[in-house]
Amino acid sequence: MPWGKAMMWIFLLSDTFIFSCFLVGYMMVRISTTDPWPNPSEVFALEAFGYPVPLLLIAIMTFILITSSGTMALAVNMGYRRNRKLTFWLMVATAVLGASFVGMQAFEWSKLISEGVRPWGNPFGAAQFGSSFFMITGFHGMHVSAGVIYLLVIAFRVKRGFYENRPGGYEIVEITGLYWHFVDLVWVFIFAFFYLW
Amino acid sequence: MADDTTQHPLKIYWIMWAALFVLSTFSYATDFLDRGNLRHFLILLFMFAKAGGIVWIFMHMGWERLALKIAILGPPVAIVVLIALMSLEGNYVEDSRLEHYGESTMEVASPEHH
Repeated sequence: MPWGKAMMWIFLLSDTFIFSCFLVGYMMVRISTTDPWPNPSEVFALEAFGYPVPLLLIAIMTFILITSSGTMALAVNMGYRRNRKLTFWLMVATAVLGASFVGMQAFEWSKLISEGVRPWGNPFGAAQFGSSFFMITGFHGMHVSAGVIYLLVIAFRVKRGFYENRPGGYEIVEITGLYWHFVDLVWVFIFAFFYLW
Repeated sequence: MADDTTQHPLKIYWIMWAALFVLSTFSYATDFLDRGNLRHFLILLFMFAKAGGIVWIFMHMGWERLALKIAILGPPVAIVVLIALMSLEGNYVEDSRLEHYGESTMEVASPEHH
């Protein structure tokens, strides 16, 4: 086990606890409030073809993140095959998908803010809805943004041949991949507990 | 060192990728069910299936040695205790709010769609 990979796993373990605390906190305030909880499938519905489609944008974001996980997994594999060109382009594709995810999240935030959703209250029900929404998705979005930067830095180093003669070689692509898959993993839990539950 | 992860055939990634798409479609479909035990069971089922696939295949946990599996996957189990305690506490707080302040009188608006 290379030390870099072990360190990334330990970091991800600590991040697991941070996101768990957020989600458990959200569970606690949702259980304890006596006000009605806003129905996420209505709050996050978008109109398409004249009908409100529940969670439309959130579903698209979910598929984008899964697609980016796929391109990342392929990039790791191509890295170990020492295919620099393909590794570079797959990592860039992953970063572009990640950036579009953040863009859609920004759209979602501005839509909700324009409808009056605030961390301290909203017109659709319990005030805790806004605080959990902005904190959980904000923290996740920050992870995605950091991941995009991380991916691009490593991608351009791969392109330059920086890892060609280094001990460990293209392990770094796998380590970057661990972080990226973790971001996707957290979204699986947010999607289930915040948007669907 | 890295040799055990070097030679994976690409096939397993394509399968995992497709499986994630299918499972996410199922996840999304649960939103059309009424809230109840079936819906919540299916949400959790698809969530754990996706999470397991991501960790096991995409993050290569399935090919790692047992020591790492235990060191990384063991500690999060403690979160179950936190969930249990906080749901007990949450129900208690809700009960005491109802007892002292009564039922909610909040007027709620229905979201408009854009």
